[in-house]
Amino acid sequence: MLTSAEWDAILLSLKIGISAVGWILPPGIAISWLLARHEFRGKALLDGIVHLPLVLPPVVVGYLLLISLGRQGVAGQWLYQWFGVSLPFTWQGAAVASGVMAFPLLVRAMRLSLEAVDPKLEAAASTLGANRWRVFFTITLPLSIPGLLTGCLLAFARALSEFGATITFASNIPGETRNLPLALYSLIQTPGKEAAAARLCVLAIVIAMLSLLASEWLARHARHRLRERDS
Amino acid sequence: MFMRRPQEAHQGIQKACDTVLQLNVRKRLGNFVLNADLSLPGHGVSALFGVSGSGKTSLLRLVAGLDRPDDGAIYIGDRPLVDTRRGVFLPPHRRHIGVVFQEARLFPHYRVHGNLTYGMPASAQSRFDDIVELLGIRPLLKRMPGTLSGGEARRVSIGRALLTNPELLLMDEPLTGLDGPRKQELLRYILSLTSELEIPIVYISHDPKEISAIADHLVLIENGSVTTSDALDRVLNRIDLTPQLGGFDAASVLETQVSRHDQEYGLTHLILDDGQELVVPRLDASPGTRLRIRIPARDVALALSAPHDTSYRNQLDATIERIGTLPDSPATVEILLVTGNQRLRARLTRKSHDEMGLTQGTPVKALIRSVAFDMRQL
Repeated sequence: MLTSAEWDAILLSLKIGISAVGWILPPGIAISWLLARHEFRGKALLDGIVHLPLVLPPVVVGYLLLISLGRQGVAGQWLYQWFGVSLPFTWQGAAVASGVMAFPLLVRAMRLSLEAVDPKLEAAASTLGANRWRVFFTITLPLSIPGLLTGCLLAFARALSEFGATITFASNIPGETRNLPLALYSLIQTPGKEAAAARLCVLAIVIAMLSLLASEWLARHARHRLRERDS
Repeated sequence: MFMRRPQEAHQGIQKACDTVLQLNVRKRLGNFVLNADLSLPGHGVSALFGVSGSGKTSLLRLVAGLDRPDDGAIYIGDRPLVDTRRGVFLPPHRRHIGVVFQEARLFPHYRVHGNLTYGMPASAQSRFDDIVELLGIRPLLKRMPGTLSGGEARRVSIGRALLTNPELLLMDEPLTGLDGPRKQELLRYILSLTSELEIPIVYISHDPKEISAIADHLVLIENGSVTTSDALDRVLNRIDLTPQLGGFDAASVLETQVSRHDQEYGLTHLILDDGQELVVPRLDASPGTRLRIRIPARDVALALSAPHDTSYRNQLDATIERIGTLPDSPATVEILLVTGNQRLRARLTRKSHDEMGLTQGTPVKALIRSVAFDMRQL
């Protein structure tokens, strides 16, 4: 039913999306927790930086990534020398770019959810002998699972649809960095491929819709599990 | 007001001097300044009494480690929990203090069993069954907290705190928000706890009846300072504290023991420690049970000789120890009586006091209306 090029684009998009969410999850949770539970100098600045990808043109983000993580970039040079890792023009690079773009969505959802966890429960846990880590992993995090899931799926959907930062940082290489939006863009640029473009367009809508529905369902399910689950 | 008394805790009052908790702290909270200096006995129930906003809960938070004092120290025995001068601050999870909060604060994503064992060290495993039994929560173990009633949730939260093997249990108004019968029920559970377990309890309340029922030691807190700290009966018998104890309705607490039941008239006989007897409407307690009874000062009348032809069933031989007046009620006189080793308060009109010529040392008969033994509700 689907052509192999279409499959490639879809599977690559999924791979990039999942990796993107995977790598932003730990820092995303940590920063959400910092923003939700702590007052510190520079909090507004951190909040601003986290949200920057949401308001910056994606191409700017891609360009910034290129000059920092590119082979000649400050961090990129170091990555290459020490680990032999080069991110531009690879699917990992696409995952980095998508992850950066999706980061604010994850943090926003996660932060709201963490803020909704009653600090009184955390205090109670600490009087029961739990240290900070245990309180976080047994009380705070489990109770914010609904927000975490919503955040992950939003971030995933955002990563799937990432275009500007990806094409700037990772380029448009078939089978390597050509995700669904890039494939669609390439088809639109090619005369006579209007029908194929339309097919991909429908696919994109279907995938986005599915992930939204899945996010709703998961969040509702998790909330339900947290509330009355009487046997 | 009528409550069952634990024997151990009662004996605890007598040797009350070894302290468990010593604190001397200052903390500013907005316009409010907490400045408390206090030591509490190592057994029994110490009640912190004060109106809302007097600083009771702030004090509890300092002891639990949920807040830091600006200055000062808190010790359990010789173990410092916080000492600003020595730069010591133990976080809550290292204090070994159980806290029962006003709201149950159960973890909604754990079953009751999971909540109970959340802070339970392996060494407390053997106590699990006992505590579950004591609090009557065995049937609840598999339930989720969201499905529990208010009283059940409080019991679970008490069990959860006890199962951490704390050296001290703090309870912050654990009966708040429960309706009459539930309150009474939970109070019974807490009382049985105090008699079964040897753990000192600090009990915060603004309800004088609760405190009369449960406390051995009473601490009065006003505007962030400790004004009085002494054995409950001694505080209640201090005429000069009557205004601060307003809510206590000037009453005495007597320790008694059930001697026998009179089936025919539906009465129960109680003996005081000096062998004198009181007769009250039948109580559901077996002979030998120690009971604490509360007698409002206005329910005690005095006579110079044993009156005959009276409906007062209870007449105790007593001696006047002290006579005092309250500044804001010039028409009445407060009288402190000694009967056996215990103190009993009476409130008379000044007119009767003058006409009877009462003075310190006068032997009198204290007439107690039977209705004073009302045990219905908190």
